[in-house]
Amino acid sequence: MSNVVSLDGILGVGELKSAALTSKGASGCASSSCGSSSGPSDLPADVWEKVKNHPCYSEEAHHYFARMHVAVAPACNIQCNYCNRKYDCSNESRPGVVSEKLTPEQAAKKVLAVAQEVPQLSVVGIAGPGDSLAAQGNNTFRTFDLIAKSAPDIKLCLSTNGLALPDHVERIKGMNIDHVTITINMVDAEVGERIYPWIFYDHKRWTGRDAAQILHERQMEGLEALTSAGILVKVNSVMIPGVNDQHLVEVNKAVRERGAFLHNIMPLISDPAHGTHFGLTGQRGPTAQELKALQDQCEGDLKLMRHCRQCRADAVGLLGEDRGGEFTADKVEAIAVNTDDEARRLYREHVEVERAERHASKAAAREEVAESVAADVAPILIAVATKGGERINEHFGHATEFQIYEVGTSGAKFVGHRRVDTYCEGGSGDEDALEMVLNAIGDCTAVFVAKIGACPKEKLSKAGIEPVDGFAFDYIEESALTYFKAHAERAAQGAVQSRTGRDAVLRPAEPVARRA
Amino acid sequence: MAYKIKGAECTACGACEAECPNNAISFKKGTYVIDPATCTECNGQFSSPQCASVCPADCCVPA
Ligand code: SF4
Ligand code: SF4
Ligand code: SF4
Repeated sequence: MSNVVSLDGILGVGELKSAALTSKGASGCASSSCGSSSGPSDLPADVWEKVKNHPCYSEEAHHYFARMHVAVAPACNIQCNYCNRKYDCSNESRPGVVSEKLTPEQAAKKVLAVAQEVPQLSVVGIAGPGDSLAAQGNNTFRTFDLIAKSAPDIKLCLSTNGLALPDHVERIKGMNIDHVTITINMVDAEVGERIYPWIFYDHKRWTGRDAAQILHERQMEGLEALTSAGILVKVNSVMIPGVNDQHLVEVNKAVRERGAFLHNIMPLISDPAHGTHFGLTGQRGPTAQELKALQDQCEGDLKLMRHCRQCRADAVGLLGEDRGGEFTADKVEAIAVNTDDEARRLYREHVEVERAERHASKAAAREEVAESVAADVAPILIAVATKGGERINEHFGHATEFQIYEVGTSGAKFVGHRRVDTYCEGGSGDEDALEMVLNAIGDCTAVFVAKIGACPKEKLSKAGIEPVDGFAFDYIEESALTYFKAHAERAAQGAVQSRTGRDAVLRPAEPVARRA
Repeated sequence: MAYKIKGAECTACGACEAECPNNAISFKKGTYVIDPATCTECNGQFSSPQCASVCPADCCVPA
């Protein structure tokens, strides 16, 4: 283990600082990470060049780079059954928390303040809390204008439901916004009318099938206009069991044909307490296995994104973490900002170097497995406790989420993440929390951790999940492949049974209380 | 005749303000309000009052 120093440690950022700062209210691990299959080999060179530092678009980048959302767009132009307007738009954020609404001027200042504290910052997005292009997109474009002036190295992106998109394509081109996310849940008005009770379009409120038809046509028009102008488009879809789950295969096909470069299928998160139509009518969200089965079915040429955290509209930080609480309006007001981008530049240069090394060592590990393991050995799932840098560097009891890898003869692939409450709060493990972890990773063969206590170790083994601390601080992907090789050998000798496991439960993070 | 906003239900999203053809809506003390002197109920301009059509909380109503 020569490589125990994390990237954050080398740069003197993150680790210590973020641990202290995120102790309260943060929803994820101090810095989120997952080993990634997404590298230059999976994407055309020009696309990779655009997305490589974008945490939402590149699985690999999401270990290293941070994004922030600024909540400058509270108005919306459609109604979704999974959304309660008192809260953030659930296209991009979990319902249940209200963002601090900012003026464009406040937002631009906040961006500078964060950029100076968090050199990993590479992207600023506008995703709501309503629709970024409703109300003529005025706040959104004004905010982008201000950021482009004061921090031109930061990439801009926006998310929209697509209804107003065709009206703004020219402006988006002119602004040099190279990433747009459209939430598309259907390509058929019959499905659509069960998701959207109404839209506001052309000065009228439309309902039923007409509403869904207009929305659908506008989404396709906007998608085509953007992709033909060379702007990268990611499509988000919310998977709603019994409403659009199977239909999303068609959505996948339609958006692929029109040039979307990423499709992100997210689970509906539904709870009566959210006050949404689906929440109140008892519409359930998918289980982990249902979600993965659909994602597997859709994964063809179009890259699927599985690391989306469904962040809040005002999230700040690496994916899986939310440092938004450090940058509320009054705190930002007090920070003296400057436009020096030196720290961000150094950080990016460093990441370039580390990346090249990692690509080589991952390829070597993959090759070894491909050579030594028979092709018919079934892939397994492994849960990993990590806080960043693509390493197994989190204590089992401190993990707030586990990254799930599918490992097989074709390599190790990140397939999702599962949220849990921290099992060990202040030193003593608690039984219910352990039960919840077992539920969350019940379909995994092993769990990789930096450290683990004797008691949870025993319980995990009993539940058929092997706790592994032998790879502590090593890289995830290489370790997973090494483990898989040993697993295949044991399986060949009949020492382990192949395991289908239980299904796992998907849950949102605890909402952070925030003032309205 | 004019419209008004039921303040208790308003989410302060501002969607109505952006749609009003007469700039009758403004943000005052934490909520949006309609100036009854300027509001025309969109008569002669649109087929329905724009604020009521766009409002997600259905809180724009005849005064
Ligand atoms: S919501 Fe998804 S796409 Fe947006 S920042 Fe979070 S992870 Fe990225
Ligand atoms: S009814 Fe029409 S004119 Fe009156 S406030 Fe609403 S949008 Fe404005
Ligand atoms: S559209 Fe409705 S909820 Fe939004 S600000 Fe206007 S009155 Fe309030």
